[in-house]
Amino acid sequence: MPDVIMPRLSDTMEEGELSRWMKQVGDEIHKGDVLAEIETDKATMDLEAFDNGILEQLLVVAGALVPIGAPVARIGDGSNIVEGATTPAAPVADAAAPAAPAAAVTAAATPAVVAPASATPAPAAPAAPVSTGELRTSPLARKIGREHGIDLHTIAGTGPQGRITRTDVDTAIVAQEAAASASTAPVGPVAAPAPALAAVSADSVSVPVSRIRAVTARRLTESQAVPHFFLTSVVDVARLVAFRAEVNESLAALGTKVSLNDLFVRASAVALRAHPEVNASWGDGVILRHNHVNVGVAVATDDGLLVPVVADADQKSLAAIATETRALAGLARTGGLSLAQMSGGTFTISNLGMFGIDSFTAVLNPPEAGILAIGAASDVPAVRDGVLVSVPTVKITLTVDHRVLDGAVAAAFLRDLTQLLEEPLRIVL
Amino acid sequence: MNTNVESTTRTITYRQALNETLRAELERDEKVFLVGEEIGVFEGSYKITAGLLEDFGPERVLDAPIAEEGFVGAALGAAMLGMRPVVEIMTINFSLIAIDQIVNHAAKMRSMFAGQVSIPLVIRMPGGGGQQLAATHSQNLEVWYAHIPGLKVVAPSTPADAKALLTAAIRDDDPVIFLENLSLYSAKGEVPDGEQVAEIGKAAVVATGTDLTIVSYSRGTTTALEVARQLEAEGLSIEVVDLRSLRPLDRDTICASVRKTGHAVVFEDDWLSYGIGAEISATIGEGVFDFLDAPVRRVAAAEVPLPYAKALEKAALPSAADLAKVVREVLNISSTPNDK
Repeated sequence: MPDVIMPRLSDTMEEGELSRWMKQVGDEIHKGDVLAEIETDKATMDLEAFDNGILEQLLVVAGALVPIGAPVARIGDGSNIVEGATTPAAPVADAAAPAAPAAAVTAAATPAVVAPASATPAPAAPAAPVSTGELRTSPLARKIGREHGIDLHTIAGTGPQGRITRTDVDTAIVAQEAAASASTAPVGPVAAPAPALAAVSADSVSVPVSRIRAVTARRLTESQAVPHFFLTSVVDVARLVAFRAEVNESLAALGTKVSLNDLFVRASAVALRAHPEVNASWGDGVILRHNHVNVGVAVATDDGLLVPVVADADQKSLAAIATETRALAGLARTGGLSLAQMSGGTFTISNLGMFGIDSFTAVLNPPEAGILAIGAASDVPAVRDGVLVSVPTVKITLTVDHRVLDGAVAAAFLRDLTQLLEEPLRIVL
Repeated sequence: MNTNVESTTRTITYRQALNETLRAELERDEKVFLVGEEIGVFEGSYKITAGLLEDFGPERVLDAPIAEEGFVGAALGAAMLGMRPVVEIMTINFSLIAIDQIVNHAAKMRSMFAGQVSIPLVIRMPGGGGQQLAATHSQNLEVWYAHIPGLKVVAPSTPADAKALLTAAIRDDDPVIFLENLSLYSAKGEVPDGEQVAEIGKAAVVATGTDLTIVSYSRGTTTALEVARQLEAEGLSIEVVDLRSLRPLDRDTICASVRKTGHAVVFEDDWLSYGIGAEISATIGEGVFDFLDAPVRRVAAAEVPLPYAKALEKAALPSAADLAKVVREVLNISSTPNDK
């Protein structure tokens, strides 16, 4: 019976925290039983058994971070019961291995004692250390690289025809670990040696970060490598505010209320449908235009920022968006969001208006090409028909992935979005 | 796997192991009888049946006319009626005359007659080249039979496996092709005394190692072990998997080994295209793709009818040097001066 392994539960997951064992050594296990809870970078999920048998051994302790594919427990016939969890063994399996690029190997065309390694002629020059094109790697090298977060494009292959093999990845891992331990050495002006329990010093307190915080830090750091620019527009929201009041009046009987944010979600979705070039992602050499308009809504929680997604927001009514967004935000705050509810976003809206922030710029939520930052409504003086009047306005700022979009295209989108918000009836048409 | 626990062993030849096993099964079960060309008075072309006619008489050890289709068909009929015939075909090359009986009848009857009959038939035959017997007498056609559902095909590489697998084959209720090899008959090895019954369908790891897996069978396994020893002296740790059974194929043992080593070479006596190595290679690709650090390679016979001329015959057959060369290539190690 194969060991129970840490499954891949999301696309961005590299390891999972086995937060709680739900079964004990010696328990009878049935297929489908929940063995443990796993906290991934996105959510807490159940680890289910795929086999019947007796839980013979726990290979990791609760709270351990376990790489994808590493064994966590052993189910057998009960003849090899081992009490007490050990540290995880080396990863032995991979639940979801991506397919390899088609190999260039063909059968020998001529009689031969030995099958040729490859029908492709060897390149004239040895492979360059850093290649941007086709990557020659062994499946094992790819697997190990994945497990250790090594970008194989940064490794020189020393195998036949420059193939990256296990040796090359192992070397890179050693180098990475060496670099990591060097960077954690004490730096800066503090001369005193770091205390062994470095959690507390006189001037600062170390707060352990949640998985959400950690993944936020990693992904947003990644997004800073994306060339991006900002565009700001000032929206006259007088009619939008009036429209919202009118809508809520007619929805009152249904017990539903629409927020300004819901109007922004719906307006953005309508504008995205009209501008498919914005509803897109950079896909490693191609631009992926998405068929669905899925708008993520940034929600602050005690543990960190979560972005539940309103799928097909362009196809949903205002009332539906309002109901769904409220439910998703509630789930986000209670830790109950499923992976599906946080996946597949094509655009994100971040609103800090309730904090009185006039305007701000948001960091891209990769791989999305755009994120809209919404500030607080404020009254500004304006001249209309020769008369000085007070106009309620909201500043909206679009952050754009410049690899996907140029300024003029993004500006056209933002102009149309602004017009939609200023003529709110069009939002629901 | 073997049922005997207390074991005294003797060093005997592969030929003697087969002879003793036939004798033991003839004694054990009166339904067992032998039939084949020149197996009685002449004691077999390769002397596997030496002394058996004398001890068991012409009703248990039958000399057949030179008519493979006829005596294989007769044995098949006897098997249908509950006998346990052990047929010797002089070489695998002549089994082509009887292939309709084997493929269309022996392999199919249990299924086509809804399980009403079983076919406890064993067909022993040696294959292999290297004896200057020329193209029509030197073939490795085992893959023809390994391809057929309804047959079992075993190919022992040692005297001990010859004994345990032949015993298992005779006691099996389905038709078993028992592949011998001309170059193994005089090979010696330790053989445990007493009853030994192998489990058909289990491969054996006959040398353990961590760098690369050589998968082979029959004569090829002895060459693989020789190469493993040679490369061990160079600091390489080679694992050798002896298939023992070509059908059913023990894919788990193959995959478990390659999962550990990340490298695999198949050493096979048959021709490259559509051969045993192709099946092993596909098994590895499907089973442990993520653990492969290099493409699986095959070392097989040159795709020509085997030449009679000594030097050409030698050149056409896969050799230890060919295998060592490919192992080094897979491990990306440059050749040593030892390489011819």
